[in-house]
Amino acid sequence: MSRPNAPGLIDARRRGTSPGDRKRAREALRPARLRTSDLIRLGGYGLRLRPLRAVLSALGIAIGIAAMIAVVGISASSHADLDRELAKLGTNMLTVSPGKTMFGEQATLPDESVAMIKRIGPVQSATATGVVGTAHAYRNDRIPAAQTGGLSVVAAKLDLLDTVGAELSRGVWLNEATDRYPTVVLGATAAERLGTGPTVYIGGRSWVVVGVLQKVALASELDTSVITGWPAATTYLAFDGHPTTVYTRSVESQVEAVRAVLGATADPSAPSEVDVSRPSEVLSLRRATNATFTSMLLGLGSVALLVGGIGVANTMVISVLERRSEIGLRRSLGATKGQIRTQFVAESLLLSLIGGAAGALMGYLVTGSYALTQGWPTVVPPWVLAGGVGATVAIGAIAGLYPAIRASRLAPTEALAAA
Amino acid sequence: MSSVEAVVTSADADDGHAVAELVGVSKSYAGGVAALRSVDMVVEYGELLAIVGPSGSGKSTMLNLIGTLDRPSSGTVCIDGFDVATLSDRQLSALRSRRIGFVFQQFHLAAGRDALGNVADGLLYTGAGRRDREQRAEAALTRVGLGKRLTHRPYQLSGGERQRVAIARAVAGDPPLLLADEPTGNLDSVAGGGVMELLHELHQSGTTILVITHDREIADSLPRQVQMRDGQVV
Ligand SMILES: Nc1ncnc2c1ncn2[C@@H]1O[C@H](COP(=O)(O)OP(=O)(O)O)[C@@H](O)[C@H]1O
Ligand SMILES: [Mg+2]
Repeated sequence: MSRPNAPGLIDARRRGTSPGDRKRAREALRPARLRTSDLIRLGGYGLRLRPLRAVLSALGIAIGIAAMIAVVGISASSHADLDRELAKLGTNMLTVSPGKTMFGEQATLPDESVAMIKRIGPVQSATATGVVGTAHAYRNDRIPAAQTGGLSVVAAKLDLLDTVGAELSRGVWLNEATDRYPTVVLGATAAERLGTGPTVYIGGRSWVVVGVLQKVALASELDTSVITGWPAATTYLAFDGHPTTVYTRSVESQVEAVRAVLGATADPSAPSEVDVSRPSEVLSLRRATNATFTSMLLGLGSVALLVGGIGVANTMVISVLERRSEIGLRRSLGATKGQIRTQFVAESLLLSLIGGAAGALMGYLVTGSYALTQGWPTVVPPWVLAGGVGATVAIGAIAGLYPAIRASRLAPTEALAAA
Repeated sequence: MSSVEAVVTSADADDGHAVAELVGVSKSYAGGVAALRSVDMVVEYGELLAIVGPSGSGKSTMLNLIGTLDRPSSGTVCIDGFDVATLSDRQLSALRSRRIGFVFQQFHLAAGRDALGNVADGLLYTGAGRRDREQRAEAALTRVGLGKRLTHRPYQLSGGERQRVAIARAVAGDPPLLLADEPTGNLDSVAGGGVMELLHELHQSGTTILVITHDREIADSLPRQVQMRDGQVV
């Protein structure tokens, strides 16, 4: 109630022409600011007037945000799992295999290629397997020869397991003694197909199964292999002794340098016939192949967000139309145009933030349960959550602005008459 | 509160200006309706008066101008010493928030808020804090005889009680001027009589009150009547 009340001022103020009077009026008649807490409460009252409508229009936003967060979260969780796996497997393995000759025939690697590769400085280990193309493995001697089961017989050097990172699920690995006799170790898939008998039948005789491998992530070709010792294959299966795959591990920082020289080292006479690959990259690529699927889902998520935003705008427009008399009342109570505008923007922001928060929770739960079924860690990057919140704030502000401006432009008398 | 206000009010009166002063005020609406035609009127501090006239005679138009909800097409409107024409929309809002209380025929209560909330929200634009608003709201509701109905929602109140809530909302901030547009228009005669009694009480404690009515009987029960016909004071 502060008002200048020196008697001499009154007449001048009534005429209202001098700039000093206007200044005094400005000071005496400054609208009070709405507190933020009051603004939030106002938005809440507005939404509670029509709770079902609020929930439905927040749902659109929620679905959009949930889709976005789940898509990004699932992809991030998959990557986190891959990273975890690669950290365990190592990314420093390179494999060398003979490609096709220029006449289209299967090439082989020179017998001395393993020794040559071991001489490359940063190479820490190198070992080889050789496919025994002429031999096939069967459960027993009563299986017809044509039923090879898609398995291959492979001769291996004794240091294979360390280099490829393979583990036994049961039994033992070959050793200096057993690798010259008819003994085998089965790959995981090969063991499933050949059963759990004590022997398998290869090249007209029984071979004793001494061990079974777990799945080998970086050398999945071993899963379908029946592995014999190098000397035994030569002795009993007429193996030519040429390596068909060389596995190497190098110093991590030098892997690319090693890769550059590996072909020429393995087969100096025909380096272009040699395929060099990095299995960890193949793993990453396999996971990355669903990138188009991901962007499709992201597109759907943004459409849902857009529709959600339109839903919020629609709700606000209707709300303003229905609440003209409330707007008129507030103007009569002293609300400025700006305060009416702010109230409706706050309401719209609150509506979309509620949707966004629900959506973030839904997205997180979807990511979590999907990751759980896949055995992945649950990872939702903070930037996605921040982006989700940012998106809902932007949607709320944009959706609410036009209705709020309309509300603030209503003439008080007209708004009051609308009751 | 009210005694302090009474002091302020009398100080205002000493300044020599009226609470409302209309000089040559006309208002015409789009479509050429002349709702007010060159009206002169002065309302002094502490008055209780009726503006009475048949429907369509321009009473509500006059109230809207005095309440600064609208501006005249021509002429001067001064409220509490301020020339409305010199004030911006923001300044008029501030003027209403502290110096004018409104009571409407349709009550205009928020259905989702209880009596205390409705009255407290009426102080939202005065800058008072929430606690303060609620305390003043409770005092105002007690003053209008609804101290025991604080948590009742509008649908749980009778028409007369609703209008009392609306009156409590209008006077909670102790405005020097209270404007009531057909405050008994939606009430039966008993409830209407109660509301008029309440307005008399508020007037006795120092509030200037301007009541619009088309009811001669109500008008005659007030100390002063301003008669209107066809947009003119007669
Ligand atoms: N917003 C408006 N637009 C056009 N004409 C209006 C408007 N408001 C009031 N009028 C007209 O102005 C005249 C006076 O109206 P009003 O002040 O509401 O009278 P009262 O309150 O005495 O019944 C009436 O003829 C009415 O139709
Ligand atoms: Mg009227």
